Order: sequence, then structure tokens, then C-alpha cells
Amino acid sequence: MSQKKPEKLVDENNIRLDGRKLNDIRPVKIEVGVLSNADGSAYIEQGKNRILAGVYGPREIHPRHQALPDRAALRCRYHMAPFSVQERKSPAPSRREQEISKVMREALLPSVFTEYYPRTAIDLFVEVLQADGGTRCAGIIVASLALADAGIPMLELVSACAAGNADGRLILDLTDGEDKNGEADMPLAYMSNSNAVTLLQMDGMVTQEEFEQMVNMAIEGCKQLNQIQKEVLKTKYLNAKEADTEKEEEAKEEAA
Amino acid sequence: MSSIAAAKVKQKRIAQLISSGKRLDGRGLVDFREIQIESGLIERAEGSARVRLGKTEVLVGIKIESGEPFPDTPNEGVLTVNAELVPLASPTFEPGPPDENSVELARVVDRGIRESKAIALEDLCVEPGKKVFVVFVDVYVLNHAGNLIDASALAALATLINTKLFNYEVKEGEIKIKPGYKPLPLRNYPVATTFAKIGDKLVVDPDLEEEQAMDARLTMTVEKDGKICAMQKGGNGHFTSQQIYEASKIAQQKATEIRKLVLKE
Repeated sequence: MSQKKPEKLVDENNIRLDGRKLNDIRPVKIEVGVLSNADGSAYIEQGKNRILAGVYGPREIHPRHQALPDRAALRCRYHMAPFSVQERKSPAPSRREQEISKVMREALLPSVFTEYYPRTAIDLFVEVLQADGGTRCAGIIVASLALADAGIPMLELVSACAAGNADGRLILDLTDGEDKNGEADMPLAYMSNSNAVTLLQMDGMVTQEEFEQMVNMAIEGCKQLNQIQKEVLKTKYLNAKEADTEKEEEAKEEAA
Repeated sequence: MSSIAAAKVKQKRIAQLISSGKRLDGRGLVDFREIQIESGLIERAEGSARVRLGKTEVLVGIKIESGEPFPDTPNEGVLTVNAELVPLASPTFEPGPPDENSVELARVVDRGIRESKAIALEDLCVEPGKKVFVVFVDVYVLNHAGNLIDASALAALATLINTKLFNYEVKEGEIKIKPGYKPLPLRNYPVATTFAKIGDKLVVDPDLEEEQAMDARLTMTVEKDGKICAMQKGGNGHFTSQQIYEASKIAQQKATEIRKLVLKE
């Protein structure tokens, strides 16, 4: 079932297999408030990535010994559905998923005012329904939106984007194929107003110069995604507000 | 054991000192603690080494067994890294299945070795697609006094260097061990350097108290030609892009120094 390695990831005109230029991000479709039970939720489609995030809380914490006396505990679970990848993935959490849950939590924490809700839990669940490279970045994007949708006070939204190296050229926002067959992959999460890098990982081999360029590229990608995230959130709440005013007017008319 | 939960006062003092360019134990901001490497303590293992980094102590043992290759790399041996935070190493370690800290530790050590292609895995293939050697790298933390990542990565590297692969022949698809050894085929020597961000300063090789006072942590692993081969940010805070560039430059120098030290052993 394994897919063949393509001959080239980037052609002589610097065009990638999916038609993007080197520093293009993939088009994304994001929705906020997609689950009725969760206090906040968001969904993203990015390439073949399909990722859903839901937030519960602040709520009572169980088990109780996990409570923090001076702030809320942000708990994060990144999980991949068994059908999300080519070969079925066992639903039990893998070491990779455990690690991503940890770095994802640490990427989001600097943005959340957990000190407003001592002794409570904010539970964040990220489910990867289909994976196509960069799922931890896309996961952070929807997770941050879900936290905002839950009305949890935040410094700002966290964005995330990977930069990498394929066929000797630096590329932005890697697909699964580019990650697997390329030379390096470096996911980075960023808070645009604070110039704060909150997640940074890399595997592959890069020189000092390539590394600095990749950090710059990833930050530019994050800034673009940050704009999109803000638009999505604004649109949703503008629509909600309009719907509310319409309802109010209808009610007034009926009363009259 | 009052030092385990360093009082807030002490954390404040640590941060104050660091902002003026000093550290509680007298080190410079980019100095490692004293490094001691001892190789070959465990005779039953194919390789072993103990690293002391100040009071932090990590033992790594390597066992080599035959096994199946991964379907996508039929001609290569397999590398697995596992880390145990043994309960005797710290009052905060508890028995039980590996928690996220030990999983992260193992995966960061693994990433450095794997991405720098330190082991010539294609030389560990016995029968393509069927039989290869599996290199089990087991990281055993014996005393936790801060910066487990660098100590473990260094102990793993020192162990790889002294690991012996037994001579063998293949008879009717079975591996028969013959007397004698040869060194494990290595191509690269990755070295990890971890930074703690305290206030707006970076310090190298944080000890336990500095780890309790830090906002965030950043590990950079550099291979023999000076390329960066693995990175990991940890902790609840953030870094600015300037701090990241600064760290990558310091990591280059530190890796060169420490590599010399290991290769001399």
C-alpha cells in the first residue's frame, strides 16, 4: 500500500507537485463553532488535512490532584483517527501522539490567561480525521480558535506553519509527501503581535543559513495564517450578531 | 530534600543573578557543568556508557538483536530509543508506564541520532526485507539534577562509539554468532545543547533549580559538519526569533567542544 517516491518534489521552475510556489501556504478552509456540545470548537481543511478541535472548560478538574492552586490546568490530547492515514493506525495513543500533545499544550499555554481560573481544567481535544502533513501545525491553528470560541481570555491567537527543505530548496507548509521525501521539516508556532515562538521542532539536516531562512519563512507563513484565523473568527461573530439583531427585530415586530 | 521544590525566593534570586550575567553555581551563562564520561560498564550489553553532567547521571545501554526491517526501509537495520525515568533518580519520578516527559526525552535523543544518520543502518541488513539487526538504545536516568536531554544524548553517543557488533554468519536463514567483534558502523556524531530561557537571557545546560525557574527550554542538536539536525522547544514560555538564532550559533560551538571530548574517550 505504500506510495512510490516521486522523482522530484520541486521542478526546474520552482513549482511544487501540488502547483504551489516555494513559499506558498496551502489554501485553507476553517470553520469555528462546529460542535454543539463543546464550549468551543473549530475545524480545518488544509490540503488533505481534516482536523477537528473541541474545548471543554474551564470546568471542574478530575482527578482532583491535578488541580493547580494558582491557575487552570490546560490539558491537551492530540489524537489521530485509525482511518486518517494510509495504513490503519492503532487507536491507542502512540509515543508520537503523546509528544505532540505535550508540545501542542506548551505552544498554546503562553497565549492563555490560565491564572483567571485557578483549580479548574481546560480540556482541549484535537482529532485528526485525515492527515496530510503538518497536522500538529494545523492542530494548533484550530485549537487556538476553539479556545477563543470557548470564550477563554487569551493574549492573542497562536498560528503555526512548517518550513522545510526539499530537493535542496526551502519550502513552506509541507505536505505529507514533501515531509517524508524531503530533507528537513521544521514546524513552528508563533504569536504574531508578541513576536513569540511557542513551538519549534526540527528533524532533518540544515545549515545555519538555511535554518535562519526557514525560521523567517515559517514566521511569514504564520502571519498569513493568523490573518485568516482572525477573519474566520470575526466573520462568525459578525454573523452571530446579525442573526441576533434580526431575531430581536422579529420579536419586536411580533410584539407590536 | 528541600532543594526539590526550590522556593520562589530562590527562583527569583536565580533570575536576578542571570539578568546580571551570573549563575548561582558560578558558571558563565554558556558554560556546561563538568562532564564525565565512562564507557563500557555493562559487560552484558553490546555497548554502554555513563555520563555525569554535574550531579545529573545517565546510563545508556545498547543491545543488538535480530528482527524484521520496517516495510519502507527493507535494506536497513532498525534504531529504537527508549527512556526510563527510574524512580530512584528523583522524588518526582513514579513507577509506571512512560509519561510524556520520558517519551519526549527518548524521541529527542532518537531524532538526533536518526536525522544525522549517525548509525550506518544499511550495514545492519542481514537479508533484505526479512532480517536485520535492531539497535535498542535504552536511556536509564539514575539521578535527575537538570538537563536530562543533553546528558542522555551524550551518553547515547558515547555508547554508540563503544558499541561492538558481534561477528556472525548466516546459515540456512539463521544468524550464527561467531567469536570476535567489530565496532558498530558509525558515520556521524550528533551533540545536543539545551538552553533555558530565564528572564530574557539564555543559559546553557540548566541545572534542576534553573529548570524550575525557566520560562522555556530549547534543544539544538548539531552534527559533525556543523549542520543542525534536530530541535525541540519545551516548557510553557516562548522564544523570540533573535534568541533562536543566538542559540543556534552557540550550539555550533558547544557541539564542537563536546564532540572532541567524547571522541577522545
